[in-house]
Amino acid sequence: MAKVLVVTSGKGGVGKTTSTAALGAALAQSGRNVVVIDFDVGLRNLDLLMGTERRVVFDLVNVIQGEARLPQALIRDKRVDTLHMLPASQTKDKDALTPEGVARVIGELKERFDWVICDSPAGIEKGAMLAMYHADAAVVVTNPEVSSVRDSDRIIGMLDSRTARAERGERVEKHLLLTRYHPARALRGDMLKVEDVLEILSIPLLGIIPESEAVLAASNVGTPVTLHAPDSPPGRAYFDAVKRLQGEAVPMAVPEEKRGLMSKLFGRRVA
Amino acid sequence: MNLFGFLKSRPSAPVARERLQILLAHERAVSGGSDLVAQLKEEILAVIAKHFPLEREKVQVKLDRGDAFSTLEIDIEVPSPTAAHKTAGNGGAKLAAP
Repeated sequence: MAKVLVVTSGKGGVGKTTSTAALGAALAQSGRNVVVIDFDVGLRNLDLLMGTERRVVFDLVNVIQGEARLPQALIRDKRVDTLHMLPASQTKDKDALTPEGVARVIGELKERFDWVICDSPAGIEKGAMLAMYHADAAVVVTNPEVSSVRDSDRIIGMLDSRTARAERGERVEKHLLLTRYHPARALRGDMLKVEDVLEILSIPLLGIIPESEAVLAASNVGTPVTLHAPDSPPGRAYFDAVKRLQGEAVPMAVPEEKRGLMSKLFGRRVA
Repeated sequence: MNLFGFLKSRPSAPVARERLQILLAHERAVSGGSDLVAQLKEEILAVIAKHFPLEREKVQVKLDRGDAFSTLEIDIEVPSPTAAHKTAGNGGAKLAAP
């Protein structure tokens, strides 16, 4: 039974696209058939983080407008063959997305894949609303910072009222993904703690992704961090999150840098 | 006063947490129950208007959602009979809705 997951946040720049790529790749690496869809029409970036930017021929808008068939627009990942992506259009505007068109595409994708992951644009306009409308589950990406927490609260309210499930009187399963977390700064009282954000937003925690240079390095080369640096702290955090997403009980922890013998002997290298 | 208090600055995260809790309690009340609150306000105004004139701003309806129960707060400022000479008196009513 296919599951539609929206990765959303309200605020921009908190790590939606990074998390979509990492969660999608991690699910595919564990053998699931996965498609990630970019809903950010006009400002697509999922292709860049997946490293498929030069392979885009047709996009979501082409499929919706009947200019291409779905299989023509789907791009299969060269590293994990159960991972696919459907890019957004870079030239059209967000009005090119229609509710009927999106419903048809999601319906077709549900027949082909185990997981349909929708990367929402920032904001609360049409693109974001369409990205969340068909969701069975949502990953709310939040930074431990006031504006991000406030926007996440707003988005959680919308998941409870503006989705197909909400209209049928059902619930969208909601998960909090706390990204760019600094355990040391939180400990010093300079950053909201995990418990603070959980208490304020009161939705279950899917994972804590620590701030790490591995995330930028992965995006630089166009490879999801779970493929580029699976043993890095964010890599391991995304793998744990994916296990929890599939119902596995994994103890919650903030992964730390694994230190090799050399760095243990000679201390940390200078960043 | 701590003599060395100036050496350690006050952590900012508890401030962030408190500001968010206050702000979101308000924003949830506004966006979560806007229809109900607006409708209640109109009906209350209509009932009171049957008996004496009342300005719209004198009726405040607030809905606070909580885990165990929500609180519906209705505050109606009623002018005293001699309002023309004196400042208006205050009448308030609070209800707890399970």
